[in-house]
Amino acid sequence: MSTALEHPTYNYKVVRQFAIMTVVWGIVGMTVGVILASQLVWPQLNLGLPWTSFGRLRPLHTNAVIFAFGGSALFATSYYVVQRTCQTRLFSDKLAAFTFWGWQAVIISAVVSLPMGYTTTKEYAELEWPINILIAVVWISYAIVFLMTIKKRTTSHIYVANWFFAAFILTVAVLHIVNNAAIPVTGMYSISIYAGAVDAMVQWWYGHNAVGFFLTAGFLGMMYYFVPKQAERPIYSYRLSIVHFWALIMIYMWAGPHHLHYTALPNWAQSLGMIMSIILLAPSWGGMINGMMTLSGAWHKLRTDPTLRFLVVALSFYGMSTFEGPMMAIKTVNALSHYTDWTIGHVHSGALGWVAMITIGSMYHLIPRVFGRTEMYSVNLIAVHFWLATIGTVLYIASMWVNGILQGLMWRAINPDGTLMYTFVESVEASAPGYFVRLIGGLFWVTGMLIMAYNVYMTVKRREAISHPAPQAA
Amino acid sequence: MDTGTFRGLITLFLIIAMIGIALWAYSKRRKADFEEAANLPFADDDEQPTSDKHASLEGDSEVHSRHERGDKNR
Repeated sequence: MSTALEHPTYNYKVVRQFAIMTVVWGIVGMTVGVILASQLVWPQLNLGLPWTSFGRLRPLHTNAVIFAFGGSALFATSYYVVQRTCQTRLFSDKLAAFTFWGWQAVIISAVVSLPMGYTTTKEYAELEWPINILIAVVWISYAIVFLMTIKKRTTSHIYVANWFFAAFILTVAVLHIVNNAAIPVTGMYSISIYAGAVDAMVQWWYGHNAVGFFLTAGFLGMMYYFVPKQAERPIYSYRLSIVHFWALIMIYMWAGPHHLHYTALPNWAQSLGMIMSIILLAPSWGGMINGMMTLSGAWHKLRTDPTLRFLVVALSFYGMSTFEGPMMAIKTVNALSHYTDWTIGHVHSGALGWVAMITIGSMYHLIPRVFGRTEMYSVNLIAVHFWLATIGTVLYIASMWVNGILQGLMWRAINPDGTLMYTFVESVEASAPGYFVRLIGGLFWVTGMLIMAYNVYMTVKRREAISHPAPQAA
Repeated sequence: MDTGTFRGLITLFLIIAMIGIALWAYSKRRKADFEEAANLPFADDDEQPTSDKHASLEGDSEVHSRHERGDKNR
């Protein structure tokens, strides 16, 4: 990196590294997703090999998009936002660099170990114990860098985005360590210290809070900085943001049992999970409204600014999926939706519509600034990316809604004599058109990400052409 | 105290805390502080890259966007 572009106050190097890796891992993770979608249309694409089978590639996809793409984006934006709103440099450049290289090492270990079949079998926590220890070390370093930077701030207030980032970092540390508590048996095999229904409950306490804190609180931190920044207006209500923060973290913790409706989990715990999930609608929509209303008086900017469009459409999808979620947590609705593609559709309405779009919008704001530019190489290409991402998401979730309801209805249909009307494989056959539409939606997304990569490459290259009049030592 | 009572008291405490936070956040005395906090993302704009010769999206943004709007509404 050229010293000419080093910010006098802030550490932008680690932000640049994580920002670039966000784009790279986004492409990798979503490409694996497209491969999986193709396997569901054409099962021959399993290739008959264990390493490329659906069961091994699926956790690779989820880990790559959540922890590699989403994780890198959270590191990049949190380091950027905390420095700029606290007006101070990161606590330790060395420790920040360690979080970058450590996190990339975690991702590479996942890319190698998951296709080889090493798994704890815990969803979204599949990585085996040596990798889990590395994650814990990197994550605690991240917490130290972030919290110590807040501590040495030169401003009197801690901006609300930093509250969300801090909550996300601390909670994920606790979730990761508690859920992965295990007894190692061999180098790459361990057994959870929990058993039976307790194990299931701990797993989904982790699983749902991974959604609530990794994929929600962290990205709300992004929202509270990048939406006001891009709209050039302060947040609609700072008071609402405080109430939003405390309400969200108090309630999210208790929603996990809705993943275990009609299982061996005690009935009262299921009902508790359902009720807390419904209450969760209030803080979720409070945050969504706060973000949306920030644009009041600035709506015309949407016409000319595709970056802002990404951020606002992300909020729309956030509002939509946080309405859908509580609805699906109602036990009678869950009886229809659970184990069907509706769940996959819901997850992607959140993951593509909310998480990926707010990330991409934030990246289009952040990347030119940390590379010493005022805007991206091509604003038109951002607009193209926006439409590809939006159409791709709509194709994805619409096809999964249709498939999910179709499967749910077929599985519960019974003849007058009480026997099942359809065999399972008939519901699979009926799902084929939906799987194909989903594949097209995924292809839209990957194409959009490749356009983003080109746009980012050209932005960075132009920067280097300006700042490198003569070759420099790295 | 049995576990049920203890849990009930915790719930009661959390409800009171939540109402307290809401009252605190919406009290008139906090208004000036919160306005200052809400403007923190814009507080360090002096460090915008100024060496760039291309039309800037920031800095002159207010003028820039109004101009843009005027153009479109013509």
